[in-house]
Amino acid sequence: MASREATGDLGTTRESVWSGGASPYAVPSKKLGMWLFIVSDAITFSALLIAYAFVRVASATWPMPFEWPSILNATIMTVILLSSSLTMVLGVHAAKTGNRKGVVGWLLATMCGGILFDVLHLREWLGLINEGVTLFKNPWGDPQFGAAFFSLTGLHMTHVTIGVVYLGVIAWGTSRGKYTSDDVEVSGLYWHFVDLVWMFIFPLVYLMSNKMA
Amino acid sequence: MHEAAEHVEASKRTFFFVWGWLLAITGLEVVLAYQHLAIKVMLTVLMMLSIVKATLIISYFMHLRYERRSLAWTLMPALVFVVGMMFIVFPDSLRALLMRAH
Repeated sequence: MASREATGDLGTTRESVWSGGASPYAVPSKKLGMWLFIVSDAITFSALLIAYAFVRVASATWPMPFEWPSILNATIMTVILLSSSLTMVLGVHAAKTGNRKGVVGWLLATMCGGILFDVLHLREWLGLINEGVTLFKNPWGDPQFGAAFFSLTGLHMTHVTIGVVYLGVIAWGTSRGKYTSDDVEVSGLYWHFVDLVWMFIFPLVYLMSNKMA
Repeated sequence: MHEAAEHVEASKRTFFFVWGWLLAITGLEVVLAYQHLAIKVMLTVLMMLSIVKATLIISYFMHLRYERRSLAWTLMPALVFVVGMMFIVFPDSLRALLMRAH
């Protein structure tokens, strides 16, 4: 631990973390930076979810169009994303134990999960658009349904895609010895955050709008 | 230049355990969605379950459980506070709903 003596105005001399050389929370700055970004992004998604909730609470005719195949599809997407978080965490574990090939393997597995999620999601989007759902209208009820659905899931899907690219960069760099286990861990934080957001989108958008028999 | 936290690692077994619970809670949510519950009850239960899932992911997968406690105390209350403040709009949405009845 690097610390220097500090002389206060009151004349005492003692070691102080404020003297420099120590990092807040004992965490590398990239990691702290990612955590702060994650909190800000969580607030952004929360704002969108609250806006959706507002419009829905104010509505008497909110569509509940998702039949079992749609719910099953969304559930499978949830399982895929949760499993990709598992592969991510195993990748970070490999990084901490110096297993470079393991890191690349687990990161590629995580990326595959993300890509699969995107594919299933886009398939669903195309289906909905085909049924006549747009940002401004839909065949079932309140016209805001489409805007709420596409903006929430669209922003999330964008985050997933950016995450896949990010993990690709980390995997590529790790295979060349450019990145440390800290870099892998920081990319993991981003990926788990993307999964975290889906943990709220899935019940609030899909399960709350399922078509009951 | 930094002093890194003593890197306490969760075991691989813990990760699989947490993943298992996350899948189980997801399954429970899907089953619940098909029960005929009052919408407020459904919403509350689903949100509680989602918060449990979020806590598991943040604590174990994102490692926050093993970091300095001050990090969690800096990040989480701020997030909860800001999101809580957003709830101030809901009385207005209820007003909008009631006004629709005419």
